[in-house]
Amino acid sequence: MSSAGPDESLDTWTIRSIVATMFPILLVLSLLEMGSGYVLEELKETYLSNPTLLVLVPVMIGMGGNLGAILSSRLSTRLHLGLLEFDPRDEVLWTNVLAIMGLAATIFSALGVAAWTVGQVIAEPMALADLMLISIVSGLLLAVIAIVLSIAATYISYTQGLDPDDTTIPVVTNVCDILGVIVLSGVAIVVLN
Amino acid sequence: MAARQDAWRIYRESLPILVVSLAGGIFAGSVLGSAGMTEGFERFPGLLLLLPAFLATRGNVYGAMGARISSGLHQGMIDPEFSWNRRLVNAVAASFINGIGISIVIAVLSWGILHVLGRESARLVELVGIMLISGILTSVTLIFGLLGLVFASYQYGLDPDNLIGPIVTTLGDIFGVVFLFVAITVVGGIF
Repeated sequence: MSSAGPDESLDTWTIRSIVATMFPILLVLSLLEMGSGYVLEELKETYLSNPTLLVLVPVMIGMGGNLGAILSSRLSTRLHLGLLEFDPRDEVLWTNVLAIMGLAATIFSALGVAAWTVGQVIAEPMALADLMLISIVSGLLLAVIAIVLSIAATYISYTQGLDPDDTTIPVVTNVCDILGVIVLSGVAIVVLN
Repeated sequence: MAARQDAWRIYRESLPILVVSLAGGIFAGSVLGSAGMTEGFERFPGLLLLLPAFLATRGNVYGAMGARISSGLHQGMIDPEFSWNRRLVNAVAASFINGIGISIVIAVLSWGILHVLGRESARLVELVGIMLISGILTSVTLIFGLLGLVFASYQYGLDPDNLIGPIVTTLGDIFGVVFLFVAITVVGGIF
């Protein structure tokens, strides 16, 4: 495919090659994201009558993936260094898990307070206790999902002989993106009813 | 307790970048929750259905472009400046095609899904119009903004690989919803 001179060859840098590689992936991901959009559309009444809940949506979509990406890249670096053990008694694994849960608790508490403040200004206010409960419970659930996914994806890449750098982060971030809104909606329904 | 200290160190190292991403997300969420936006969601059924896909594909399109540019810089294939380098131009053109193309696909998918389910939907031309306008505006801003930031960080001796993820999510969240708001206003005015 790329036998031209190394200096002149554009290899994978042609427009056709980049679009042909990316577009099918984008198409599949968009279809999967529609699952999470469907939940939003189904709960339209709940979201539009409590617009403060919409304030949580972008962070819920992105943050699980961020937490998963931090853990995944740490796990895959240890794997490359030959230091990773998939043993429930492995202390370093638990250290990483503890750090991620701590980060999630901090971020989603801050999100609850911020959303409540924004809600006072732009929308129908919601009770602070409800918002905190929704933000923290769905955030911690999402963090647990991100942790389980990161460990599972790294383990599968490892047993299949794949480089986890290429596989785990995209898988973990996209799955967390999709599940974020679903987890948020589930928790919101339970708390508000 | 070495483990507890290690956990605390990982926490401290990771928190700043997450806080930046949190701030971007809260800003984006405030736009989503604003009266103008919720009226748009009421008026154009299908927008909520396509919202997660619209927000999430940004990371994939522009994150992939950023990773490619960063590898190109590391390998000396491209220079850290805006120039008519063939590889750079191709990467930018391909990102425009991917970013704008997938925005239109998302609009059609959303309209199609609601029709198959027999649900109320905005007209196809409205949804495509909104996605086309917001897709073009976000592509231009994200592609040139990301290139500028990646080039600048590389020249300052920072590794762009560590910055691209958070930069893309934050810029994507902020500009994605702002331009969605603009597009809803424009299309709402025309139709």
